[in-house]
Amino acid sequence: MKLASGDAKLLDETAQLASIRGRSLWADARGRFLRNRAALLGLIVLVLVAIFALFGGYFAKYEPDYVDFSLMGANAYRGVPSFESGHYFGVDFDGRDLFARTVQGTGISMLVGVVGALVAVVVGTLYGATAGYIGGRVDNIMMRTVDILMSIPFMFVLILMLVIFGRSMFMLFLGIGLISWLDMSRIARGQTLSIKNKEFVEAAVATGVRPFTIILRHVVPNLLGIVIVYSTLLVPQMIIFESFISYLGLGIQEPQTSLGALINQGAEQMNNGTLWMLAFPLFFFLVTLFAFFFVGDGLRDALDPKDR
Amino acid sequence: MYVYIIKRLAVAIPTILILVVFSFVLMYWAPGGPFNSERPLPAQVMANIEAKYGLDQPVWKQMIDYVWGVVTRFDFGPSFQYTDRTVNDVIAQGFPVTLTYGFWSAIAAVLVGVTLGIAAALKHNSWLDYIAVGITIGAQALPNFVMAPILVLIFTLWLGWLPGGGWNGGQWQYVIMPVIALSTSYMASIARITRSSMLEVMNSNFIRTARAKGLPMRRVVLRHALKPTLLPVISYLGPAVVGMITGSVVVDIAFSTGGIGQFFVNSAFNRDYSVIMGITILVGMLTITFNLLVDILYAWIDPKIRY
Amino acid sequence: MPLLDIENLNVTFKTGDGDVNAVNGVSFTVDKGESLAIVGESGSGKSQTAFAMMGLLARNGRATGTVRFDGTDLLSLSPRALNKVRSREVGMIFQDPMTSLNPYLKVSDQMAEVLQLHEGLSKKAAINEAVKMLDAVRIPDARARVTMYPHEFSGGMRQRIMIAMALLCRPRLLIADEPTTALDVTVQAQIMALLAEIRREFGTAIILITHDLGIVADACDRTLVMYGGQIMEEGATTDVFASPSHPYTHGLLAAVPRLDRDDDTLQTIAGEPPDMSHLPEGCPFTPRCPIARPECMGTKPGLVGFGDDRRRSCHAPVEEVV
Repeated sequence: MKLASGDAKLLDETAQLASIRGRSLWADARGRFLRNRAALLGLIVLVLVAIFALFGGYFAKYEPDYVDFSLMGANAYRGVPSFESGHYFGVDFDGRDLFARTVQGTGISMLVGVVGALVAVVVGTLYGATAGYIGGRVDNIMMRTVDILMSIPFMFVLILMLVIFGRSMFMLFLGIGLISWLDMSRIARGQTLSIKNKEFVEAAVATGVRPFTIILRHVVPNLLGIVIVYSTLLVPQMIIFESFISYLGLGIQEPQTSLGALINQGAEQMNNGTLWMLAFPLFFFLVTLFAFFFVGDGLRDALDPKDR
Repeated sequence: MYVYIIKRLAVAIPTILILVVFSFVLMYWAPGGPFNSERPLPAQVMANIEAKYGLDQPVWKQMIDYVWGVVTRFDFGPSFQYTDRTVNDVIAQGFPVTLTYGFWSAIAAVLVGVTLGIAAALKHNSWLDYIAVGITIGAQALPNFVMAPILVLIFTLWLGWLPGGGWNGGQWQYVIMPVIALSTSYMASIARITRSSMLEVMNSNFIRTARAKGLPMRRVVLRHALKPTLLPVISYLGPAVVGMITGSVVVDIAFSTGGIGQFFVNSAFNRDYSVIMGITILVGMLTITFNLLVDILYAWIDPKIRY
Repeated sequence: MPLLDIENLNVTFKTGDGDVNAVNGVSFTVDKGESLAIVGESGSGKSQTAFAMMGLLARNGRATGTVRFDGTDLLSLSPRALNKVRSREVGMIFQDPMTSLNPYLKVSDQMAEVLQLHEGLSKKAAINEAVKMLDAVRIPDARARVTMYPHEFSGGMRQRIMIAMALLCRPRLLIADEPTTALDVTVQAQIMALLAEIRREFGTAIILITHDLGIVADACDRTLVMYGGQIMEEGATTDVFASPSHPYTHGLLAAVPRLDRDDDTLQTIAGEPPDMSHLPEGCPFTPRCPIARPECMGTKPGLVGFGDDRRRSCHAPVEEVV
């Protein structure tokens, strides 16, 4: 009984210590992030892009899937971007309003990026934390499996699956989710190994808390910093990934679209002098990626200053 | 060392087998596949497949025949779309093209990337460093499918210097743009990794020791700093090559180079399962083998690795 | 002429948070065959003094003043000329033998390149010399083990290798930067004994940089105490230990745990080490000094000679401190 109360006191003390240190750590990180001008600019740009994707539709004069037959095939000279016609970004080859389609494409690309990163965060963190926490042979088998999965060219397998099971948003999310968690699990495992030996975890073990509860309550919250950093860097990777598949014509299906699909169409029409079909989607694609990279780098410097 | 290689092989070989079996199972389930009568295949194709695997045989027998064919004879069977071609014919036609520009891309990415990274690190915080960092950040956000149309726009449509596509037996004018499109982002990543690795190494204690010994800077860099600098670059080569093989699909489409990527996507649209599968397995074998080579190279350079 | 004559050495690091003055106007000399201890807590500028002498400062560091070795100013030498002094005239050994040897090169290669470069020996001859030197620092079975990698040796053995490597060209001065800090206590004693023996046999002058007063007492003729990048006091080791003339030295000596005194509490110096980017105008020790006076904050005390070839930098009269 005496031992238990002693442990409880220790637990209390270490928890207090962790929370004091934790708060100053986050405040510190926020200060460092806000001082990083590139990262701050990236964050502002991201918010603007998100506003564009969410509310841009209200400013469009046309629906994304409305086809103006009088402009079809004649967009090179009659579908030029202009404010008078209401086609701010011009018209695509099929006579559709490119502004509305870019809004839609940006939204879908960001959605895919965020969902892909979320899958990675949930699956990867839990998998990695479990492997690292249990350790020993289980860890060995779990991480070997990750090694094996990593050496498979997933893009090809995913395309094979898309062809066989038919193309759909669901298959795309499934496919992206399949790969994206691998890196995250490695990172989470490495971090867990160092957390495992901290006093507050040992105290929890000594008081008889179940392993899975320890993983959820003590290990995972302490992985948060590194997980946030890498998920910010994962989102653009996922956007690129989806765009790649859509570029091949195997991703998002018409009438829906994504930035990758729009870029593909723009590239195909390059010879016809409709450069705006490439320029506008490409602009939003690059701006979004850059913004994510800068925010991710800023977060890494802020939360993990020793790294690099 | 040999024990280590054998251990790694013991992992690599089952991985390839799993990939082959997994692909076969997918194909077996596929609607409209040869083992599925929903969509009749051309009579001649059906006859080819029948002769090859015997569709009257039980599934496991067909699978073993397929796997056996792949493993022992490198035989991926007949195409499902063309009566007169096998998957091997397709690979034989496209693979040399892919290998050619893939090889040059890898060389360019490593040579330029490492040189740029080292130069940037040695001239830390100089204009050279800033330019190098700028290039690497820019190239990171320019994936190959963005790069390819921009290159065509600049060098073909505007400047008219290079042909916008085709292969023409691998003449240099036709190879340049595919190589640039494929290698740029990996070159940038390698430069970034080399730079930060070099900066870290140059700050390490053993480099201070080397300088205290009175060695000239050249020797300090080449003999003492280069090996540890390159270790993270070497471990990046595995994923980089996987990425380049994937990127070859884009290059083949954007430049109509006629590599396996082009056949892969065409087959994907035509539901030519055996070709898709054959290429997937081939690419899988390639990456697994390459990763094995990279691991061995790493172990050979780093004396601290215990095999 | 002294072997080494340092005059008004300053070291400044440019950082994101402004300039950090790690060393401020340090002057001292070392004679041929003499041994000098530079003592101070971490951050006192003692290691940076040594690095600045040999042009080994980090990239953002700059050294001013003069460092005359055998009459030539090392700070104004070209990199090529400085390389001829490094290792050949002045050998250095570092704090952490685990990371100070290149983990990717064999010991034989790391040692041989020194002789190949400075003495023009063939590789084979250079390795032979290296083996002789390893024998001299008592590496057992040196001939067979010279081709091994550093990680295959223990910490103490690695420090012996470092020492052997520094001695290959028979330098006239050996700078040992915290040579025993990373080692076990028993190994520490062996390394110190080895350094003493080297000094006897080769007649090498030694600068021993350490925070551990315990190893200084037997090892060095003279002791120099640094704080906040400045010299606090200097004199024969026996004098400094017997009658410390600076309140900081007092504090340092009181903080050494001793078996012959019967008290349970470990003495410490109250307060924090100084913030090197915002040093006070006057004596850097003022905020922690038990006998600080009004003038200590504003005016820097000069380094003044007194007694038997001793120097001190303190506003309080000697009698009050001793």
